[in-house]
Amino acid sequence: MPAALLISNLTKTYANNISALSKVNLRVEQGDFFALLGSNGAGKTTMIGIICALLNKTSGSISVLGLEQSTNLNQVKRMIGLMPQEFNFNLFEPIEEILINQAGYYGIDRHLAKSRAEILLKRVELWDRRLDIAKSLSGGMKRRLMLARALIHQPKILILDEPSAGVDVEIRHSMWAFLTELNEQGMTIILTTHYLEEAELLCRHIAILDKGQVIEQSSMKDLLAKVAKQVLILESVEPLPSVLPAVDFAIEKLDNHSIQVVLDGMSISQALSELSLKGIEIEHVKSTQNRLETLFLHLTSKQK
Amino acid sequence: MWIAYKTIVVKEILRFSRIWVQTIFPPIITTSLYLLIFGGLMGERIGAMQGVDYLHFIIPGIILMTVIQNAYANTVSSFFLAKFNHSIEELLISPVSYWVILLGYVSGGVARGFAVGFGVFIAVSFFVELQIYSIGIVLITFLLTAVLFSLAGFINAIFAQSFDDISIVPTFILMPMIYLGGMFYSVDILPEFWQMLSKFNPIYYMVDSFRMGFLGNATTDFLVSITVLTSMIIMLALLAFYLLKKGINVKT
Repeated sequence: MPAALLISNLTKTYANNISALSKVNLRVEQGDFFALLGSNGAGKTTMIGIICALLNKTSGSISVLGLEQSTNLNQVKRMIGLMPQEFNFNLFEPIEEILINQAGYYGIDRHLAKSRAEILLKRVELWDRRLDIAKSLSGGMKRRLMLARALIHQPKILILDEPSAGVDVEIRHSMWAFLTELNEQGMTIILTTHYLEEAELLCRHIAILDKGQVIEQSSMKDLLAKVAKQVLILESVEPLPSVLPAVDFAIEKLDNHSIQVVLDGMSISQALSELSLKGIEIEHVKSTQNRLETLFLHLTSKQK
Repeated sequence: MWIAYKTIVVKEILRFSRIWVQTIFPPIITTSLYLLIFGGLMGERIGAMQGVDYLHFIIPGIILMTVIQNAYANTVSSFFLAKFNHSIEELLISPVSYWVILLGYVSGGVARGFAVGFGVFIAVSFFVELQIYSIGIVLITFLLTAVLFSLAGFINAIFAQSFDDISIVPTFILMPMIYLGGMFYSVDILPEFWQMLSKFNPIYYMVDSFRMGFLGNATTDFLVSITVLTSMIIMLALLAFYLLKKGINVKT
């Protein structure tokens, strides 16, 4: 089965000699939910721009579902839906028209486009605003409009460049649910985000870009396993004893029902078993840190 | 291809129709004033030109001037704004060929040129009894003129980096060309050197042919005029296509 996206030796140097990407290699499997992380200026948006033919590459090749992008550009374009980072629609066009026009560019007739637009606008909760001009929408609504627009031609691969930037918590969660649903239906999703918990929650594979180079690419599980030390807050069922029992990990009492533990190489279940043996039953476990964030900072700082 | 083309054209027509108070109505008012002042009031003192009274002489030129200005303005503003607000990316990520994009925008310019030109024609016909010698010549000349200036506007929009850049060309190049192209006078009355120089101005051929369509007389053969205009359209279309395909000021 060909990869959903295969990037080989992709290089991009801008006219002012700034190197945005340097011999990047990347493979995204079909049906994957893939996170592309990197700090600002790492090259994520440049890479997406080249994949979607918005930017010219300097060298290298891109293959989408087995088709070479440079020789099958229109077929490749049909397979990709893009939700960009910046708002890129005419602010004075009505919302429904934006979707219908986008469908038209993909050769979808107006009647079919209208019915698809209705389904998508209802899904992203913008149907009631369909006749309003885009300018009247809030930032979060504009993002949802761009998501609906990216899906109007039913792409096989959805690329999301920081989809939840500026979106409130409630809408972010409903967007995550929608993306998970799309992925479960077989759509390959590539996501760039600054919310690392978003990547940790949604994605199965991950690549980290730094200064135009891929410095890490693996499954999310393998990557997170590299973070040996975890700091957790555990909440007990019963009030805790005044003196905590001795255990094989660092432990500190926070209040009558909470303790903070630091697990260095030990799994959470091992720690919970040990506490249970000492008569402390735990009902809630909370992580005090984002493990992906820790790893991300560690990996990118190593490059400096 | 057809659906994509139709989408761009409909979008363009809706765009200028929504803001008809800015796009369609003002040129009709301005042109009517031109006719009233230059044709009606001053024309009586000027007398006849090319065998007809001055008012009838300038009507074709003035209608064509609105076609030129509006066809140009439509593509230059629409494509530049699409670049400015990045909505051009909607087209660039889609499987629409560059020819279709170009044809779509040019058709939008032609549509606005027609809407305004026809509006002026209707407005003028309330005051003046208009005669048309050949509707075919009028329509062919209108079409070639609108296509040519829509293409010119498109190229201007590709190169434009700011709003100033889209007004410089109409102000400093287009307007002098229009006024020196025989819109208000017959090139026949100029000294020989200026007559020859006028023949390097494409607007001369447009005005001459358009006037022939209305009045039945011209200073240059109609076939020569349409050959000049068609050649220029081919050159500008190839240039616009090349710039678009290369992504000049559109892609980096």
